[in-house]
Amino acid sequence: MNNNSFLDYYNIQDLNTAIHEALLSVMPQWLAILLEGLAVGLLIIVLYAVLAIILIYMERKVCARFQCRIGPNRVGGKGGLLQVPADVLKILTKEIISLKGSDRFLYNLAPFLVILASIFTFSCLPWNKGAEILRMNIGIFFVLAASSIGVLGILLAGWSSNSKYTIIGAVRSGAMIISYELSIGLTVLTMVLLSGTMDIQNIVMSQDRMWNIFRGHLPAVAAFIVYLIAGNAEANRGPFDLAEAEQELTAGYHTEYSGMHFGFFYLAEYLNLFITSGIAVTLFLGGWMPLHFPGLDGFNAVMDYIPGVIWFVSKTFLVVFLLMWIRWTFPRLRIDQVLTLEWKYLMPLSLLILLIMTVCVVFGITL
Amino acid sequence: MSNFSEYIQGYVQGVKSLLIGMRTSMKVFCQKPVTEQYPENRHTTLHIPERHRARLVMVHDEENHHHCVACGICQMACPNDTIKVVSETYEDEDGKKKKRLVRYEYDLGACMFCQLCVNACPHDAIRFSNDFENAVFQREKLYMVLNNEGSSCAPKK
Repeated sequence: MNNNSFLDYYNIQDLNTAIHEALLSVMPQWLAILLEGLAVGLLIIVLYAVLAIILIYMERKVCARFQCRIGPNRVGGKGGLLQVPADVLKILTKEIISLKGSDRFLYNLAPFLVILASIFTFSCLPWNKGAEILRMNIGIFFVLAASSIGVLGILLAGWSSNSKYTIIGAVRSGAMIISYELSIGLTVLTMVLLSGTMDIQNIVMSQDRMWNIFRGHLPAVAAFIVYLIAGNAEANRGPFDLAEAEQELTAGYHTEYSGMHFGFFYLAEYLNLFITSGIAVTLFLGGWMPLHFPGLDGFNAVMDYIPGVIWFVSKTFLVVFLLMWIRWTFPRLRIDQVLTLEWKYLMPLSLLILLIMTVCVVFGITL
Repeated sequence: MSNFSEYIQGYVQGVKSLLIGMRTSMKVFCQKPVTEQYPENRHTTLHIPERHRARLVMVHDEENHHHCVACGICQMACPNDTIKVVSETYEDEDGKKKKRLVRYEYDLGACMFCQLCVNACPHDAIRFSNDFENAVFQREKLYMVLNNEGSSCAPKK
């Protein structure tokens, strides 16, 4: 029925296969797979660092505009483009201190746990057709599971630093993330219901007629909003940054960290923002899928000529901007308000959305 | 039942107030930044608010007349002893004894820009100007004489 040839315009699956076969012709299979694994790993880490730099720059500029300022504009010519790379270089040259009375092993482990969770979920994002890094049939479930490793890192960081600020920050963050995971899980389940699959690539493929947010109309829009709120809380940002509330806890769970260990937390915070947005885009806004409307064939054909990776990145940055807008608008919540919001408002709402979505799917009232 | 309707009402009101907040911040986002890039825009777009108090000046008109009658109220109003009004008495043509200003001394280094002197002045003879680039290397340069050389009080109309 549908002409799906557009999906292969920018499919890089063939390229991957070609590279693999070329390698196999000159070396044994284990070496080829090892080399490919190393190349992909390197790619992930480089992409991770570059995206973090872009996001930090964007955050500083957007925050500045929300406060009627200009933001960084001196380092690196016009627009302060080299400000963040300079900051990164500075942080790399700083000493990593070890604390008296801290649990040395856990103290050093915690930042790596946080960054590990972030890189795991990062590898699941659908960049393009054929450009997924981790693909499994329970992809979205894996994202939820892997992102929970991060809270372990945060709790360990807070506990092992042996300081009041860090432990309070870590416990707050733990309570918050565990609560908000409920809403995230329920809204993700709603979209899994609509798509009928947990595989991230298949979720994207199921939106080739229309994005999920249009297909699922009312419940999908409500789920999108709930997901954004809960995702913002999950990333410890915006009105939910009470884990690192500067005024009361200096810097929360990473108060006692210095140098690149602190850098890891900082990196993970911004990448979690990107990942939250990326998952939101995958579930609701069609991932790398171009904008399609049934009936408008000419329009759809034009949209298909834009590569999927551009669609994905631009949609993700749109959601990132939305989250930054929220962050720089609302004041920080107290811990009791945070928990009230989740348990009394968001969770019942997401259960209701799940119910409505089930009814819609069963009776075929989706578009 | 009333509990439930209160809950729903709270929901709706909360969403509404959040949306108002987001609208407000988006308005601010679309405004022009107010940052002054000072050394660069010094001669171009620099904007100092009109009421900014940078230093005290005495108002002189084209004929080198000021309005100071040397009453010394500003000197008394000043909490820091920043102002010193040096005056002399003279006899005018009718033989009346009158006071006139000789030197109006002002110590910028001791001024705290409270504007009490300007508020106290009955003749609007002094005001605060916008010339804020007052940094100097010697303390002595901050002692200023505000009345121009050869100036005199404006004749009464």
